[in-house]
Amino acid sequence: MPDSSTSAAIPNTPAQRMILRTTRDARNDRLFRWVLLSCAMLVLLALLGAVASTLWGGRLAFHTFGWKFLVSDQWNAVTGQFGALVPIWGTLMTSLIAMLLAVPISFGIALFLTEVAPSWMRAPVSAAVELLAGIPSIIYGMWGLFVFAPFLADHVYPWVNDKLGHLPLIGALFRGPPLGIGMLTAGIVLAIMVIPFISSVMRDVFLTVPTRLKESAYALGSTTWEVVWNIVLPYTRSAVVGGIFLGLGRALGETMAVTFVLGNAHQLSASLLMPSSSIASVIANEFTEAVSPMHQSSLIALGFLLFVVTFIVLAIAKLLLLGLARRGGTE
Amino acid sequence: MSADNIWLYRRRRAINLIALVLGAAATLFGLFWLGWILWVTLVKGFTALGPMLFTHSTPPPPGAGGGLANAFLGSLIVNSIALAVGVPVGIGAGMWLAEYAKHGKLGGVIRFLNDILLSAPSIVLGLFIYTILVKVVGHFSALAGGLALALIVLPIVVRTTDEMLKLVPSTMREAALSLGIPQWKVVMQILFRSARAGVITGILLALARISGETAPLLFTALNNQYWSSNLLKPIATVPVVIFQFALSPYAGWHALAWAGALVITLFILTLSLLSRLILSRSKVTHD
Repeated sequence: MPDSSTSAAIPNTPAQRMILRTTRDARNDRLFRWVLLSCAMLVLLALLGAVASTLWGGRLAFHTFGWKFLVSDQWNAVTGQFGALVPIWGTLMTSLIAMLLAVPISFGIALFLTEVAPSWMRAPVSAAVELLAGIPSIIYGMWGLFVFAPFLADHVYPWVNDKLGHLPLIGALFRGPPLGIGMLTAGIVLAIMVIPFISSVMRDVFLTVPTRLKESAYALGSTTWEVVWNIVLPYTRSAVVGGIFLGLGRALGETMAVTFVLGNAHQLSASLLMPSSSIASVIANEFTEAVSPMHQSSLIALGFLLFVVTFIVLAIAKLLLLGLARRGGTE
Repeated sequence: MSADNIWLYRRRRAINLIALVLGAAATLFGLFWLGWILWVTLVKGFTALGPMLFTHSTPPPPGAGGGLANAFLGSLIVNSIALAVGVPVGIGAGMWLAEYAKHGKLGGVIRFLNDILLSAPSIVLGLFIYTILVKVVGHFSALAGGLALALIVLPIVVRTTDEMLKLVPSTMREAALSLGIPQWKVVMQILFRSARAGVITGILLALARISGETAPLLFTALNNQYWSSNLLKPIATVPVVIFQFALSPYAGWHALAWAGALVITLFILTLSLLSRLILSRSKVTHD
């Protein structure tokens, strides 16, 4: 039946053309949807792939050393003994110092930008603070190594060693030669790097507080500080903690700046003035020189630990921030 | 007013004043670091800037003369690969999140993981590409470096596309669909056009971010002392060269590192100012 086949291939009635067109559109829509979905799946794949590949790459180290990998302070490429205690300690201490410095300062900046500054000043100042986040970490590293560390070594650390080094309990933290590079320097540089992240989250969530709440408090005679401390902060508490965790996640994973100013020393010391190493800095320093499979595997295993820890910290941050977004009525 | 009340009143005023002064001081403190770091980069960078910077390749130690021409080319190549891979995939994923998965469970999970990828330590992304590509192929390459950076571009583009498409009023969607336009055309030719300025901003920010990234390139693109444009060979990039030169003992290399630092800092600042400009302008026209 040649007649009917030609009429199917070349539609001539409007109805037939319409059907053909609709099926083609439906097919394209399905195709489009699948392409987009596979793009979205790539995001999922990137994250899972990073976890899986570092776990796979580190299997030799995990298998050989077991739990001792986490608690051993040995790191010796010659004898093939690797333990992650020193890098873990260095990562945690530098991030802790960074948080102790960055959180109050970020809070001060957010307070200034939302309650104190005249309105013409707010946009340029917050843009300037956010520029700090745009400076690449390698610039922080160079500045830290060539300018900031010598400054600290000449003018600050001798004083710290003299005055604080003899105090009971905390004295041991501040005793040591004024080298300039070390955990305290790295902590300070990290603090400067995370201040823009924490302060911009704090500023944004402070702005979500309903004006009538604040105005009610002002009407009762509260001072600005009392409004911020008793109204704004309790209202935004979970999101503020979320912002802090976001900064912590950044600080834990920061590589280049820390690599420059931490000194890459595999030694455990109580003093914050002494060089140390962090997980990220050890990987950056040693990975291309790691010739033995065990050394390389241990470095990848460190990467896995870092990824898991930052994943957890960032997930907590995200969940805490989501809570506020819901209450703020944006969802 | 009794004496007690006056003291209470004064105390509260004093605490308020101290807190506000400390807040202002914290802001000055933050700006002080910005000023110091930029100042140092400008001064040290300008003294090292010379005509050879863009015309000569990286010198061997002890590093007298020479420039960063090969590193600039390398950065251009690696960043282009990163954008070529990261941007289309990111836009696709962002479109899916905004148009097909606004409230779905899978959409929520992907959005959540995307935000984590956004702040994930970049060095681990380098390790990821190393394990799946460099180790399998057996050598470092510009391509591997570009892919590692694409993993940084991806979440930034996903997020901005998602958010910008969400800002497009739903009446526009409904109007287009009611005319019988297939959905892919609605998304690509109507909604995306309206969100384009925001997406471009996201791409510029992503470019700014990867221009200074060093950690993921250390063991993917590695480094190369010579002029190379081969995608399958190790390649020099500005951040990695800065890293290598800054940690060296040679004064000539230090000077080149500062010059490179100045160039990428200016580049990044220009990009972020540009993206702000585009965004503020598009806001005016969008409403």
